[in-house]
Amino acid sequence: MNYNWNWAIFLAAEPGGTGTYLKYLVVGLGWTLATALAAWLIALAIGSLVGTLRTTPMPWVVRAGNAYVEFFRNVPLIVQMFLWFFVMPELLPKDLGDWIKQVPPPWGSYIPAVLCLGIYTSVRVAEQVKAGIQSLSRGQGMAGTALGLTLGQTYRFVLLPMAFRIMLPPLTSEFMNVIKNSSVALTIGLLELTGRARAMQEFSFRVFEAFAAATLIYLLTNLVVVLAMRALEKKVRVPGLISASPTAGGH
Amino acid sequence: MFSGYDFDVIQRSAGYLFREGMTFTLTLTALAMVGGIFFGTLLAMMRLSKFRLLALLAGGYVNLMRSLPLVLVIFWFFFLVPYIGAWIIGAKDPVKVGSFLSCLITFTMFEAAYYCEIMRAGIQSIPRGQVWAGNALGLNYWQTMGRIVLPQAFRNMLPVLLTQTIILFQDTSLVYVISATDFLGAASKVANRDYRLVEMYTFVAVVYFVISFGLSTLVKQLQSRIAIIR
Repeated sequence: MNYNWNWAIFLAAEPGGTGTYLKYLVVGLGWTLATALAAWLIALAIGSLVGTLRTTPMPWVVRAGNAYVEFFRNVPLIVQMFLWFFVMPELLPKDLGDWIKQVPPPWGSYIPAVLCLGIYTSVRVAEQVKAGIQSLSRGQGMAGTALGLTLGQTYRFVLLPMAFRIMLPPLTSEFMNVIKNSSVALTIGLLELTGRARAMQEFSFRVFEAFAAATLIYLLTNLVVVLAMRALEKKVRVPGLISASPTAGGH
Repeated sequence: MFSGYDFDVIQRSAGYLFREGMTFTLTLTALAMVGGIFFGTLLAMMRLSKFRLLALLAGGYVNLMRSLPLVLVIFWFFFLVPYIGAWIIGAKDPVKVGSFLSCLITFTMFEAAYYCEIMRAGIQSIPRGQVWAGNALGLNYWQTMGRIVLPQAFRNMLPVLLTQTIILFQDTSLVYVISATDFLGAASKVANRDYRLVEMYTFVAVVYFVISFGLSTLVKQLQSRIAIIR
């Protein structure tokens, strides 16, 4: 390949005046993680709620949960980003919309990115929560009823503590998906890791150095997440189960 | 909230959106699916191979692809493909590659990793005795795979493969980042030209929803029809 590598570029100053390119990318990783973690909190909260409601014996609640899941699952993430960023401020009352449009960067793109990614991921979490609860044997819910627990108490003390431990491996891969998916936020102007690698390529014309660095940083991040989650899995393992296996596909 | 909503812009640009954009999206999806399943199956066979080196190579490739964001992979291939092309034909300078070909290579290589994991699960779900039976009948590796294992693996995994294809269909919208004119790209060009972002992006969302929802309903029906009762 006729390409002159120049790894020293990472020590050169980036044109924005914030320091070296290396620092520029590492700050990008910070934004990636800040976006992913905030979105993950939203996704866990809404996803657990919706997933749980979809297993209850109340048909209307189940139907509403299904509609929520179907809507956010069948529209591509980038289109949802555009809906949050370009469309939502226009549909709100004019004063509020104008105020949203004037939020200074990077918050102007960070907040819609987090909301979008959080809700997009909540649907996948909801699917995992539902599958986790349904993988428990029917007898567990019945035992709860027989002990005189209300429906809420059965979920709180019997079903959910078991289900969440079983769900941990698939939730790990969902968390890694959030980190990867946060790169789509570059389309609404959030300079996270991929966005900064792209910007670095445009400023410095060092295409492959920039993307190689971003690739390496993503791989290291994944490694850390995998190791951390493995430790957590070990800690909360249900005695007596072989283990729950993660599902394939999706990203 | 629909006051001032300009439905006319959709009608005016619908021809362009579907002729240019949707054709791009659907062609890319179909070709990348075929290529992805082909290479994915090969990768799965490599991962399950008794040759350690092959298994290691395939495993490394699949894990690498699955750890990276698709957007980054699209950028990688967009800049890398011209150099690979130059290397293959022995040219001195990077060759010019159209955005469609670049996207096609990207999605084939990226989705192959995901299809590989599906096919691997499919192959592993076949009882080992069937492979032994094939060997006992004197079939070689390719005959056993081609006539006994893979047909059953495909059948068992068909719903999952199709679901992954729906994900692929949605993911193709990310070619927006290299300014390719897929359905979203076409809509965004009209949106910015006429300053009709609200109309165009809600329309795009509705179209994607209808297609994906329709397809996933079909897959669910298929799943219940071909499910083998064991």
